[in-house]
Amino acid sequence: MAHRRTIFYATAASLILPAMAVAQAPPPLPAGLSSEPAEQSERQNSTTPDLPSGLEEPSEPALPPGLALEAADKPRDTSRDARDDFALPFGLSGFAEARLGARIVDDPTQKTLSVGEVRIQLERDVETEHANFRFVGDFLYDGVAGDHSVNLEKGRGFFDLREANVVLRPVNFLDVKAGRQVLTWGVGDLYFINDLFPKDFRSFFIGRDDEYLKAPSDAVRLSAFSDIANVEFVYTPRFDADRSITGERLSYFNPALGRIAGRDAIIVADLPDAWFSDDEFAGRAYRQIGAFETALYGYAGIWKTPEGQTPLGRPFHPRLAVFGASLRGPLKGGIATAEFGHYLSRDDLAGSNPLIRNSESRLLAGYEREIATELTASAQYIVEIISDFDALAGALPAGAQTPDRVRHLVTLRLTKLMLNQNLTLSGFNFWSPNEQDGYLRLRASYKLSDALLAEVGGNIFYGADDNTFFGQFENNTNLFVGLRRNF
Amino acid sequence: MIKKTFIAVTAIAASLLSSAHAQEPVDALNVQDIVDRASAAAYYQGRDGRASVHMAILDAQGRERTRDFVILRTDIDDLDNGEQRFYVLFERPADISKTAFLVWKHADANDDRWLYLPALDLVKRIAPSDERTSFVGSHFFYEDVSGRGPGEDDHVLEEETDAYYVIRSTPKDAQGVEFASYKNWIHKTTFIPVKTEYYDASGEAYRTYSATAVETIDGNPTVVEATMADTRIGGETRMSYGDVAYDIDLPEDIFSERYLRNPPRRHLR
Repeated sequence: MAHRRTIFYATAASLILPAMAVAQAPPPLPAGLSSEPAEQSERQNSTTPDLPSGLEEPSEPALPPGLALEAADKPRDTSRDARDDFALPFGLSGFAEARLGARIVDDPTQKTLSVGEVRIQLERDVETEHANFRFVGDFLYDGVAGDHSVNLEKGRGFFDLREANVVLRPVNFLDVKAGRQVLTWGVGDLYFINDLFPKDFRSFFIGRDDEYLKAPSDAVRLSAFSDIANVEFVYTPRFDADRSITGERLSYFNPALGRIAGRDAIIVADLPDAWFSDDEFAGRAYRQIGAFETALYGYAGIWKTPEGQTPLGRPFHPRLAVFGASLRGPLKGGIATAEFGHYLSRDDLAGSNPLIRNSESRLLAGYEREIATELTASAQYIVEIISDFDALAGALPAGAQTPDRVRHLVTLRLTKLMLNQNLTLSGFNFWSPNEQDGYLRLRASYKLSDALLAEVGGNIFYGADDNTFFGQFENNTNLFVGLRRNF
Repeated sequence: MIKKTFIAVTAIAASLLSSAHAQEPVDALNVQDIVDRASAAAYYQGRDGRASVHMAILDAQGRERTRDFVILRTDIDDLDNGEQRFYVLFERPADISKTAFLVWKHADANDDRWLYLPALDLVKRIAPSDERTSFVGSHFFYEDVSGRGPGEDDHVLEEETDAYYVIRSTPKDAQGVEFASYKNWIHKTTFIPVKTEYYDASGEAYRTYSATAVETIDGNPTVVEATMADTRIGGETRMSYGDVAYDIDLPEDIFSERYLRNPPRRHLR
């Protein structure tokens, strides 16, 4: 009999409970909203939301702790999961990584390995009342490099100092950052017009992390802020060259030899290195007008790559001045960018010296928008126009090839996030319609955990001719894998 | 005849129901007022504010990932449901440590967003994205973090209990969102949304927000712990807030490129 009664109640409950679910009882008030401390006994059956600590009315959502008139008994659990919390001592943070890559095209002038290295980056910030200090350094074993002696300017050897600087605010409207630092401005995406801070194209082309495209500067940056405009000056007392392609690790087209060369013809350029005379000034004035960011730029210094040759054929860095402007803002659901810069080759103002790079104008227009869920596309159109083309063409020695007056460049970027944003797929393609060459960067990176990142990628160079900007790097086409542990 | 009777009965029933539930604030409030006040209570408390946020993201397989960041917020002209600015500085995980994120939230236009990548010293302008996509890989959408405009949906007061206004909201532009409607349990005294359920076209609830702890901080009832579960994605994210402070006199220029490059350390603590 008792047994039968139990069945009856169970049946009744099973009929009633779903009906309650349909009636949709309100959620329990969360901790902090309820009028009484949370009590387990006040919890509703599973079909309706739990009464968070302290709601009297069992038919609706429990008031959360904190909405109650009385404080909840149970203190909030604020403990954090420490499973992935292996941390470095002394306030250090950073990462350790291994990266391995190889050419997939035969290059008789280079090793097959394009990258093979183990790197540990350590960083430390020290904050004091009046100044903030920052140090970032990479300890590196580079199995591909031939020379391991440390050179902090060239980024060679087992130690690469990325940052060592101090930030001060002597007066409220002024920030000063002095020391070794990474500097970036301008609106181009992987294309720089008014940003004449040093780049490291070697790292960029062999598949190191994007951050290594920027080589550090040893400079002082002054930033002054006002309602009219913000003005910045960067003074580099001794010229910082790009870490450019010399043949040491990546092959290039050597015009003197008329072929692609590498370790058999390493470029050794005269480097301007006199303190306070081989120096660089860069300036920027910027302000926001509505949603648009506008900026004016100026630079007085030196070509970052050896764009000149002495009559005896020795490469050198001629003097350079640049002025320009940029604009960036929202347009039809995306972001539009535009940048202009005029490069004045100060050692060949007439433009008639074929041994020194001509003056030129560079223009960029770009647009980026999300085209589907977590899929972003961007495109840029870039032109580089030789300023004194007729003078240059007239001065070229007989038989020398005349360059195109205008170089056109189109870039396209696609970035897709997947698997709860743990997988990032991206492709970036440079393509020049007039030089018929290009460079495709492919990346796939997956966050195995918060601390562990695996990456594969490819750097694919292509071109119809050996002597075009990207075409000359064809033999450097490579694939790589990397694994990074952050801490 | 039958039709007329039906309408009369419905009208009487409706009036009985509403008078039965009529309480003090309800008389004065229409649905839009309730929703506006709920939005203000959830996203516009105080003139400005700061919080340290911890996110625990559990995926469908039970693996956990975490995010820690400090968020600063100011309301332009201290206007509820108006323009806002947010500054977010990530602390963990290590790969995004010191990355800063700036949002200028506009009431009637796409937000302006910038990201600062310290290793490259790069200030990147981010294209406006679907507001209903994941914020930093969590189950919370951008819109859940910065607030959905109270004018973007049609609201109906479905029910009123002692503790809650229960409001059903249907999007005015159904194309732009993944839900067919959602239901909000808004606490009557504080106007804090305690629970939100999102329904698909068949009326099935697939996404649930729950405020699980509230503290009154500087006089403002504040959700200090909340979860978002999503059966389409699987798993859930628990978000907890610490070190919450209001009316801390944040200068407006904090929400600018200057502080993207140099974090406003004094205001982040």
